Amino acid sequence: MNLLFILFFPLVVGLILLILKPAKAFIWSFAASLIELVAAGYVLSQMAESASPQSYLHDWIPEVGISFSLLADGISGILIGLCALLVPFIIATTARTDKANNAQYQGLILTMQTALMGAFLAKDAFLFYFFFEASLLPIYFLASIYGGENRQAISFKFFVYTLFGSLFLLIGLIYVYLRTPGQIHSADMEVLYQTAHGLTAQHQGYLFLAFFIAFAIKMPIFPFHTWQPDTYTTSPTQGTMLLSGIMLKMGTYGVIRLVLPMFPLGMATWGSTAMILSIVGVIYGSIIAIQQKDAKRLLAYSSFAHVGLISAGMLTQSVEGIQGALYQMLSHGINVVGLFFVIDLIERRTKSRELAQLGGITQASYVLSVCFVILSLGSVALPLTNGFIGEFLLLKSVFDHQMTLGIIAGITIILGAVYTLRLIQKSMFGNVSRITKDFEDLSAAEKWVLIPLCALVILGGIFPNVVLNFSEASVVQLAQLVK
Amino acid sequence: MSFIYLIPLLPLLGFAINGLGFPRISKSLAGIIGTIPPLVAFILSMQLFLNFDGTTQILTLSEWIKVGDLSIPLAFQIDALSIMMLLVITGVGTLIHLYSMGYMAHDKGLGKFFAFLNLFVFFMLILVLGANFTVLFIGWEGVGLCSYLLIGFWNQKNSYGDAARKAFIMNRIGDLGFLAGIFLLIQHFGNTNYADIFSAIQAGDVPDNVGLIAFCLFVGAMGKSAQIPLFTWLPDAMAGPTPVSALIHAATMVTAGIYMVIRANVLFELSPEVLHFVGWIGLATALLGAAIGLFQNDIKKVLAYSTVSQLGYMFMGLGASAYSASFFHVMTHAFFKALLFLGAGSVIHAMSDEQDIRMMGGLKNKMPITYVTFLLGTIAIAGIPPFAGFFSKDEILAHLYHHDPWMWGLAILGSALTSFYMFRVFILTFWGEFRGTEKQAHHLHESPLSMTIPLMVLAVFSVGGGLINLPHFAGGHEFLATWLAPLLPESEGLGEVSFLSLEMGAPLMAAFLPAFLAIYIFGVKKSVPSEDAAISGIQKVVYHKFYIDELYDVLFVKPIALMSNFFAQVIDFLVIDLFVEGIGKGVQYASTEIRKAQTGNVGYYVFLMVISISIILFLGLKSWIL
Repeated sequence: MNLLFILFFPLVVGLILLILKPAKAFIWSFAASLIELVAAGYVLSQMAESASPQSYLHDWIPEVGISFSLLADGISGILIGLCALLVPFIIATTARTDKANNAQYQGLILTMQTALMGAFLAKDAFLFYFFFEASLLPIYFLASIYGGENRQAISFKFFVYTLFGSLFLLIGLIYVYLRTPGQIHSADMEVLYQTAHGLTAQHQGYLFLAFFIAFAIKMPIFPFHTWQPDTYTTSPTQGTMLLSGIMLKMGTYGVIRLVLPMFPLGMATWGSTAMILSIVGVIYGSIIAIQQKDAKRLLAYSSFAHVGLISAGMLTQSVEGIQGALYQMLSHGINVVGLFFVIDLIERRTKSRELAQLGGITQASYVLSVCFVILSLGSVALPLTNGFIGEFLLLKSVFDHQMTLGIIAGITIILGAVYTLRLIQKSMFGNVSRITKDFEDLSAAEKWVLIPLCALVILGGIFPNVVLNFSEASVVQLAQLVK
Repeated sequence: MSFIYLIPLLPLLGFAINGLGFPRISKSLAGIIGTIPPLVAFILSMQLFLNFDGTTQILTLSEWIKVGDLSIPLAFQIDALSIMMLLVITGVGTLIHLYSMGYMAHDKGLGKFFAFLNLFVFFMLILVLGANFTVLFIGWEGVGLCSYLLIGFWNQKNSYGDAARKAFIMNRIGDLGFLAGIFLLIQHFGNTNYADIFSAIQAGDVPDNVGLIAFCLFVGAMGKSAQIPLFTWLPDAMAGPTPVSALIHAATMVTAGIYMVIRANVLFELSPEVLHFVGWIGLATALLGAAIGLFQNDIKKVLAYSTVSQLGYMFMGLGASAYSASFFHVMTHAFFKALLFLGAGSVIHAMSDEQDIRMMGGLKNKMPITYVTFLLGTIAIAGIPPFAGFFSKDEILAHLYHHDPWMWGLAILGSALTSFYMFRVFILTFWGEFRGTEKQAHHLHESPLSMTIPLMVLAVFSVGGGLINLPHFAGGHEFLATWLAPLLPESEGLGEVSFLSLEMGAPLMAAFLPAFLAIYIFGVKKSVPSEDAAISGIQKVVYHKFYIDELYDVLFVKPIALMSNFFAQVIDFLVIDLFVEGIGKGVQYASTEIRKAQTGNVGYYVFLMVISISIILFLGLKSWIL
């Protein structure tokens, strides 16, 4: 029942906002997201205490064996935590803007949360698919109604591109589903794992590709990424946060939850290709980020580079790689929400994201620059920040898998420093420019978003075991299944 | 022993107070808040030193990362090596904090400055206290961060920001090597604890790739300790306030690479070819740094290249397995180089931020304390007995003499260069006539006590620091070598040396003759280095640091920038996206074409229906027949 609450509560409030359009939309949505956070926190802490997963099962379409089956275990728990944790921050970033009391906007964010939660909670593969696709709708509306320049064409491309990718996933799912035993087939993930294991190497290979392409577009992985920089740049800030902070993790989560356990033989054939593409993306994205002029676009490429490393690490199928991937999903979510918020704050005040026009902000707002540096340090994986734990484990897993690949992927720690420090210098340091000379210091509301995020960056670097212990058992179990 | 935790914790606390309190805490208070933590940490370290009974202690704070079979604890190791480092860091650190109170008194960012300095001390202490390579790495990257923040402390100036970024990025190149070394260690030993690794090796469990491991670790050291090819960041790092140059870029952080190699000496001893490499890199860096130092006219740049060069000496010593000699030089160098930098800072302070020695001269009467202490530092670094630098450098040279005569010969050459450029700087700054502007001349003054006390204390150590490891021939007991012996491989005795032998005579000649030459050229003949435009020939090449920065620019910086644009504008936009859009366009095209089949003509539909049915029937019949 708890899981049902976590799943549907945001939707209920979201629909109220969308239909009734109450005046104080911000209070509604922010309160709802906090309640959701408390509820999720309660469920997760109970799980950690009892060291056992929680599940919920109800018939949905019994005639064809599709059930409404939810599961929160060590793996999905991390993502549920991420989603519940970030949405309040994302909503808080709208405070005192024209979006704060825009009921439609807030309603879409909460609706989105349910879709994301659904994808992370689903234990039935079709239910997963349903939420995986459903999440496209709210984000599409957010981007195409509230986005920036050229928003309609860009959101449309994003929508069609990801939808196109998901078709492969659907076909692959149906294929395996039809081979499940019994009069009535089953789409339960456990059953699908067993069934898929029985398939020949060749079929597993095709299926691996079908699944992986769908997830690769979502993450995205090189060369399926060309929708991403435009979409991230054009979407309204909260849309970008949802996309990069949480939604792309549906792709990485999908690989961990479905691809790894279902197609070990497919992995054997295609795993190294997928890993190499992921690492190509790490380097490729980092190099492109170095010369970006628009701060938001720079972060978009940086996110692309980071997710490539997450993908490479989990494709090693080792406990360290998957744990590192989960940890980095969490860290990356926290860091990008913070970083995109900083860029948004700059844009609100100066009406610009062009690095050439900025500079010297630290002189006007010391706190903003300190927070930005802390978040950036998380992003460049400095020890004692959350980013280090994830990248350390990810790089180690890739290094253990194949030393050369590990070193190549490791170049990210150099290139990451190059583009991140450039971003800091061009925006925060140097002389004030025409548009930054009257830069207004942070308001209390803005500090209340940034400072807790920075605290999480550091706490995550010092006490990673709180999270790592939580997912350990489930990941070990998964790694055994893969073998 | 719980007070050990206080040693790193106090500077962290200082950082927190000054960091959060900035700019509300008044400047004078901020200076005091910043200086007390390293001072108390020094007293505690002294306590530790005096009560040390020779046994290594490991204090585990908590489990930090635990995944699968991998477990990395946050743990500290108290042993002979870490205690010595604690003393140097907190001792020299305290003096430099004190000095900064005077030097930075007029800067409105003083509180922030002390916060960063304290944070640096914290990370440096973590670096040396760590009981495993991963905790060492925390400190390692942490001091890199502080170095970045402090080099770019005056960040309004873009060139300073560039210097700060360069330092961080070049260090990161080394750090990738270090990280690879850590991964390799975990692969073989399962963790990175010193105790586990070294005892496993003692028990005969030597990894096949021990050479690779040592090499990777050394790559890290090359970045942090500014060795060829990763040395170009250090001279640029002089953009930071001078106390930063003294503390971070001379006395402590840059010697972290040497500390790490000494810490891992068990691994390096097993890979003679890597040690050989270490020695030659050190030699090449020592010579290159000294050569560039000959012609620099910025007082801090000379000292920076001198640091690069002296670090090279330390690595040369490591290459010859003379670990305690190198560590001895780490310590004496910390004294006299910190002294020289602080002296230079005192001069710059008096000269209203002028750093060009061609604009100085004749400062000895105006700033007597700075003058005398700088002279003592110069004598110490030149290797003139019985000052500290003589003993430590001589010990490295003595080991080189037995290890590789060629290396020894070249090291003597470098030593001669050192003596020359240091006396050159000293004379041009303090002797002769003042060459600066009227306004500067008017402003000249000796620095306040907060700045001169550290100078005097460091001067005492620069003169008498040799006592720490006074060799037998000078009547000493080699205290430092004995102290560190349990952690180091057994070294062969160097035998008796006589002052009259070549082994002893050559270094002395190399110290004295160039000093006299410099006195003759710059003191007696009073020649002053020419204007930048007038420099030509080989001198110009050396003055421009052999154009190494420009070379790196052409080899790495520009190509990456080009690649970045090429990837974004050509590969992404023209190749990949064109293909993606092409699929979309293709579907659109096909749909417009197929739509034409919907004509609305009933006869046409019936016709198509008949054809279709026949095809279905035909296929159906065929399968029935077959």
